[in-house]
Amino acid sequence: MRSIQQSLNKFHEVGIRPVAISVDTPEESRDLCQKAGYTFTFLSDPKAEAIRRYDLVHAGQGINGQDIARPAEFLLDSSGTVRWVNLTENYWVRARPEQILEAAKAIQ
Amino acid sequence: MKRFNWPIWTGFLLSLIALLSYPFVFVNWPVTRDFPWANLLLFGLAIVLLFLGVRRAFSPERRRISKIAASILATLSVLVLGFFVFSFFIASRWLPAAHGAPKVGQKAPDFTLADTNNKQVSLTSLLSEPINGKAAKGVLMIFYRGYW
Repeated sequence: MRSIQQSLNKFHEVGIRPVAISVDTPEESRDLCQKAGYTFTFLSDPKAEAIRRYDLVHAGQGINGQDIARPAEFLLDSSGTVRWVNLTENYWVRARPEQILEAAKAIQ
Repeated sequence: MKRFNWPIWTGFLLSLIALLSYPFVFVNWPVTRDFPWANLLLFGLAIVLLFLGVRRAFSPERRRISKIAASILATLSVLVLGFFVFSFFIASRWLPAAHGAPKVGQKAPDFTLADTNNKQVSLTSLLSEPINGKAAKGVLMIFYRGYW
C-alpha cells in the first residue's frame, strides 16, 4: 500500500486510479489513511459482499473470526474489463508498482 | 564475578530484532518484503553470537547458572527463528485459491461501497470519473486483509 502511494503520481499520469478495498469500516480506513498518509480511495466492505462476489473471502481470519479478504490486485480498463490480475500465494508478497505500471501500458 | 556473557545476550536480543523488524520495518520496501533476506541475515548473525555465547558458558571455569541461562536463551532464540520461518514461509501461504475470481478478459462485477467519508462509491463511477481533468484509463483494485 505504501509503495502504491509512493507511485501515485505515476499511476495518475497513465490514467490509472488505485482503489483499496477491505472489511475495515470507513472510520478505521480513515484512521489508517491519516496515519500512513494514503491519499487514494479506500472502500469499506465490512460484510465482505464485494469480496465474496470476487471469490476472495478468507473465511474466519479476522481478529474476531470474521471473514476478510485474501490479498489480490486487479487492473481494469475503462470498460471494467480485467486486463491484469495478481493473486499472490503468500500474503507478505504483493504486486510491485513497476509491474502494474508495465501492465497499464497495454491499455489504450 | 565472572565476566558478563555478552554474546549470548546480544544473540538473543538480535533474534528478537530479526523477528520484529520484518512486520515493523522491512515490510515497507518491496525489496526487503518479498523475500526477507535482511531478517534472515540478522538471524544468521544472531546464531553466530549464540554459538559463541554457548561455547563461552560451557567453558569449565563458568558456573552452572551461566550454562543454564545460555541454554535457555539459545533455545528461545531458535524458537523465535522457527516462528519467523513458520509465519513467513508457511502460515502466510494458507490462502484460499480464489478460482472464481474474475480472470483477464472478463468483466469485473460492479459494487457500491462506502469510502472514508461514508460516501457511497460504485466501481462504475470510479471507472468514469476523470483523473486530474483527463479521462481515466482504468482502475487498480487492491483487495487487502485490513487491520480489523
